[in-house]
Amino acid sequence: MQVLPEGNTVRVILSGRLDAVSVAGIWDEAVGSVSPGNSVVADCSALDYLDGAGVALLLKMRNLARSRSGGGLELEGLRDQLQQVVNMVWDSDPASWHSFRGERRGLAVMLGHYAEDIWLTMRSMISFVGESISIIGQCLRTPCAIRWRDFWLSLISVGVDSLSIIMLIGFLMGLIMSFQSAVSLQRFGAEIFVPNMLGLVMFREMGPLVTSILLAARSGSAFAAEIGTMKVNEEVDALVTMGLSPMRFLVVPKVLSSLVAVPLMTMFFNFASLVGGALVMLSMGYPLVTFTSRVFHNLSYIDFAGGLFKACVFSLLVSGVGCLRGLETRSGASAVGDSTTSAVVSGIILIAVADGVFALVFYYLGI
Amino acid sequence: MNNTDIAIRVRNLTCAYGDYKVVDDISFDVRKGEIFVILGGSGCGKSTVLKHLIGLYAPVAGSIEVQGDDIVTAQGRVRDAILRRFGVMYQMGALFGSMSLLSNVMLPLEEFTDLPSDARELVARSKLAMVGLQDFACNMPATLSGGMQKRAAIARAMALDPDILFLDEPSAGLDPITSAELDALIRTLSRNLGITFVIVSHELASIYSVADSVIMLDKKVRRIVAQGDPRVLRDTSDNELVRRFFHRQAETDAARETAGRAETFASKET
Repeated sequence: MQVLPEGNTVRVILSGRLDAVSVAGIWDEAVGSVSPGNSVVADCSALDYLDGAGVALLLKMRNLARSRSGGGLELEGLRDQLQQVVNMVWDSDPASWHSFRGERRGLAVMLGHYAEDIWLTMRSMISFVGESISIIGQCLRTPCAIRWRDFWLSLISVGVDSLSIIMLIGFLMGLIMSFQSAVSLQRFGAEIFVPNMLGLVMFREMGPLVTSILLAARSGSAFAAEIGTMKVNEEVDALVTMGLSPMRFLVVPKVLSSLVAVPLMTMFFNFASLVGGALVMLSMGYPLVTFTSRVFHNLSYIDFAGGLFKACVFSLLVSGVGCLRGLETRSGASAVGDSTTSAVVSGIILIAVADGVFALVFYYLGI
Repeated sequence: MNNTDIAIRVRNLTCAYGDYKVVDDISFDVRKGEIFVILGGSGCGKSTVLKHLIGLYAPVAGSIEVQGDDIVTAQGRVRDAILRRFGVMYQMGALFGSMSLLSNVMLPLEEFTDLPSDARELVARSKLAMVGLQDFACNMPATLSGGMQKRAAIARAMALDPDILFLDEPSAGLDPITSAELDALIRTLSRNLGITFVIVSHELASIYSVADSVIMLDKKVRRIVAQGDPRVLRDTSDNELVRRFFHRQAETDAARETAGRAETFASKET
């Protein structure tokens, strides 16, 4: 590129290719050669190629020259083919391309929209819970309405396929909690109470909580992804237009299988954690019978049943919210991912809230 | 037109997403046994109207009667009964990916009939044979081509012997030969079984090949801009929008505009 001042006119000689790579090298020099109000001649007779980047450079130079009266840019010697590329955008005003910055909203309007969103989300959740309970009730009254094949398949996915990870985490949690507490309690000669603590904590609290969080991460997300993909592929619409209820067809087998699987998984988790705890106590020289007698001495049937009841409620929340997020999936490539993330986050939040409520209720009931 | 000849009667239908009206106050009738095409450019609301006709969306205003029953106001079992009178083929087929073709076609039979299982299977296989997929009954949808998936979706939509079949863009994404085969299938089914077809399409070749009657929507006016036999509309319509659509003049006009700009360019800048 060459810049030749000719009195009031600046002649810019462009040559070779004007593409994104070459324009980057001459942009500053070319733009710097033009002052507002200049009359600029762009000599393009030696130009071989021009694309969007080259046109952008010419537009920038033209607009800079035109920014004061009397200025302008004249293209000289441009081949017909390149002229057509320039013509595609030459008449438009680049300033108008980015003039739209979106609607500006006041604080009150934004707050109103947030409140409306929260209300609509709550309403959809309440309506989903009501519809789920109603349909599950109907299905339990007429068991032939349940799609048992889907139920068993879902049960395998939620239960059998999750068993190894549940037991591994249960074992490790039992081992780590027992070891850490035993090390601390040993200083006071109180390590014998480790089994009491382990049994109570696992059966009442950690068993249902951790199992349900694992369910949210593993199965809640899978439910949302499966139903979300069906929604994106219009399979859910196909069900509706066939007169089949997506709730009965998709949601009920998944929720029921979770309801059956999670209490069982919680028991496996508790058992694995006791194995981990027993290993620690055995390594400290206590016999197995001491460990088991200490665990069950302090653990009542109510603790066991209360933990399982919590697991049932958590499983309903996690599977329900997973299915709901799947059914709420919108169109687009990222929609299924958004639903899956939302299913896991909502599931864990609901578990935490419900666990807090249970803690309060159990406390006041003296359980 | 006699009321008994009408399969679908739409009156003063207004469809909207939030505040944005897609179509405003349109009315039309679909006669029994005809192949009726809703056509128009991209974004004019063809698929939206179809989704209202099949009851997926509720209209802002207006009525949609399917064989005399209003699908907009129907609830519960009445609505289910209306839904069972028609089948729908979605744009991408919407076959259930976890089921074989046979299971896909058998599903409505399992849910809504008391046929024994061997009879259900025979019916489903015969439906697949009608669309030329008898050898692919045990295939999963993902293993089939786009055209085969659409034919399988038509077989599933026909499972309960519906009076009306809705097809959303049957030619979309298909090569011309497969598209022509699908058109031939639609004509055969219409002629042999007397099914009323409501098709959303913008493929002119396909429209000329199958359509008895069309309505044309336009996204600017949001209404029906033409109605009738597509061949007659092509040859006689003096409506500019219709003429441009049927004679594919948008590209020509755009080219003319570009050429015009090229001519004025030199005089502006020199």
